[in-house]
Amino acid sequence: MTTAETSVNGTPSPVATPVLRARGLVKTYGHVVGLDGVDLELYPGEVLAIIGDNGAGKSTLIKCLTGAEIPDQGEILLDGERVHFKRPQDARAAGIETVYQTLAVAPSLDIASNLYLGREVRRPGLLGSVLRLTDRAGMRKAARRHLTDLGISTLQDVTVPVESLSGGQRQAVAVARAAAFGSKVVVLDEPTAALGVRESGQVLELVRTLRDKGVPVIIISHNMPHVFEIADRIHVQRLGRRAATITPRSHTMTEAVALMTGAAEA
Amino acid sequence: MSATTTAPPADPAAEFLDRRSPLERARGVLHRYPALSPAIVLVLSVVVFGMLNERFLAPANLSLITQQVAVVGTLAVAQTLIILTAGIDLSVGSVMVLSSMVVAQVASGSGVPAALALLIGLATGVACGGLNGLLVTRLSLPPFIATLGTFSVFTALALLYSHGATVRGGDMPALLTWTGTTIPVGGVRVSTGVMLMLAAYLVAAYALSRTAWGKHVYAVGDDKEAARLSGISINRVLISVYLAAGAILALAAWIQIGRANAASPNVGVDMNLDSITAVVIGGTSLFGGRGTVWGTLLGALIVGVFRNGLSLAGLDVLYQTLAVGILVIVAVSLDQWIRKVRR
Ligand SMILES: Nc1ncnc2c1ncn2[C@@H]1O[C@H](COP(=O)(O)OP(=O)(O)OP(=O)(O)O)[C@@H](O)[C@H]1O
Ligand SMILES: [Mg+2]
Repeated sequence: MTTAETSVNGTPSPVATPVLRARGLVKTYGHVVGLDGVDLELYPGEVLAIIGDNGAGKSTLIKCLTGAEIPDQGEILLDGERVHFKRPQDARAAGIETVYQTLAVAPSLDIASNLYLGREVRRPGLLGSVLRLTDRAGMRKAARRHLTDLGISTLQDVTVPVESLSGGQRQAVAVARAAAFGSKVVVLDEPTAALGVRESGQVLELVRTLRDKGVPVIIISHNMPHVFEIADRIHVQRLGRRAATITPRSHTMTEAVALMTGAAEA
Repeated sequence: MSATTTAPPADPAAEFLDRRSPLERARGVLHRYPALSPAIVLVLSVVVFGMLNERFLAPANLSLITQQVAVVGTLAVAQTLIILTAGIDLSVGSVMVLSSMVVAQVASGSGVPAALALLIGLATGVACGGLNGLLVTRLSLPPFIATLGTFSVFTALALLYSHGATVRGGDMPALLTWTGTTIPVGGVRVSTGVMLMLAAYLVAAYALSRTAWGKHVYAVGDDKEAARLSGISINRVLISVYLAAGAILALAAWIQIGRANAASPNVGVDMNLDSITAVVIGGTSLFGGRGTVWGTLLGALIVGVFRNGLSLAGLDVLYQTLAVGILVIVAVSLDQWIRKVRR
């Protein structure tokens, strides 16, 4: 395993306790090795990009970090405390919000219901506690606000089912959900893959906003210019392992790609 | 990107940008309101049968149709819940029969108060639903296979428990056959069984559309992995759906005792197919995640109207069966066509 992280560590307070830390994560699917002993540190207030070829284990890594998969080996620490996420809702409850590569939206439900899926707000009083009535109007209003905050003006009708949206609009819904509720860490798996130039810019802007609010962000992307524009540090994933941790200042895009493909060693 | 669903309403050009044909536009509307097509079919069939035979629209006949629909209509509420989760329940009829035999025997034989007997019947239905739910979640059996097995098991249990004997209404406390009594509502006699069925629809519609549980049922039926990643416990939702279905089936058992004025182990196990028919004609997708209980009510009424109307027209029962079969095929084809919208 490489120790590149310590040698070329980026600016964000290397002495601080990582908000999220993974050590020696292993995850296999039958004979397929998804993760082969991965380490990862996410420091307070930073944007950490994860890059790597297809199948390098980027999605598997963040799934293990967010409770969507349970690693076979290794440990995960949140604020220095060991955590055992068994389900995505465990990570959510700890303030970690994720946009998975598959988006994880319910197509037949409307935008507002998707934003609040799994954390529906009930009406106050007996209506909510006994009759379990959800506060539909309140959730719709808040959903509209979250989308406006994101600068997504084309999604004003939050009662439209998600399946009638374009791929990029669905992605926007998933990103808005994570941004609205991520209080501790926000994880984005290729959030701009289906987005147009303007919408991608909005997502990058949103990532900066989250960082400025003090919420660290993990973002997976194949788009090198985006990565170099936004990341404080870059985790290079290769063949189920961390090949290196670099920064946009320590390495050029060409060098980063060389690390990714194995053409160069850290 | 479609200009139709997302263009701001203020944009006057949006309407003209919609280049879809009228057919495609109709499909979009049917897609958004799944209960619309069965509603149209029901209105049309009532009009046509009313013109064919004036007795069809007589209040007494309309009342009869609702009573004929009450049992299958109630089973179909349970079936809708399960089909919304992308499942299917072949055991609904046998659960109802088992529950009705338990209620009838307990109340008539052992001197247990009628209300307590009904509660024992409810427990029977819930237990049967719980067993189905466990097979589907813990053993990960496909619902079709799990309920095919329990269909036989519950049918056999009902026959064994009752020794194959029918309990007549006269031998039961009045409360058990109360569901067969009628009360006048504006010139039409409505049976209490029909009212209980409507109550089941109201409660199910409320739970599905206005509670978090309802959203989770749709989300699970829509895309299980997406629901899991969104923080929903799939198995909890599935188990709760099968338990709720079991409770509704016990209600259906009570309605069946009143309607037949008897509890018979041989009548009703085959209503599983009728309940699926009602759900499918009602516009609920067998792929899960799409549909409403109101559509199912319309579907059950459509079947009732066709059977009644065709028999008033003097046609053999075989033609009713034929017509219902064609209805199912048309409804499923329509669903396939509607689902092609923006997939
Ligand atoms: N559910 C699964 N079952 C079996 N194998 C899996 C599963 N999920 C991932 N894998 C395997 O694990 C490896 C890593 O996959 P992963 O999805 O993490 O890659 P990735 O870096 O996210 O790739 P991409 O850039 O294409 O998204 C691949 O070889 C993949 O085939
Ligand atoms: Mg991936």
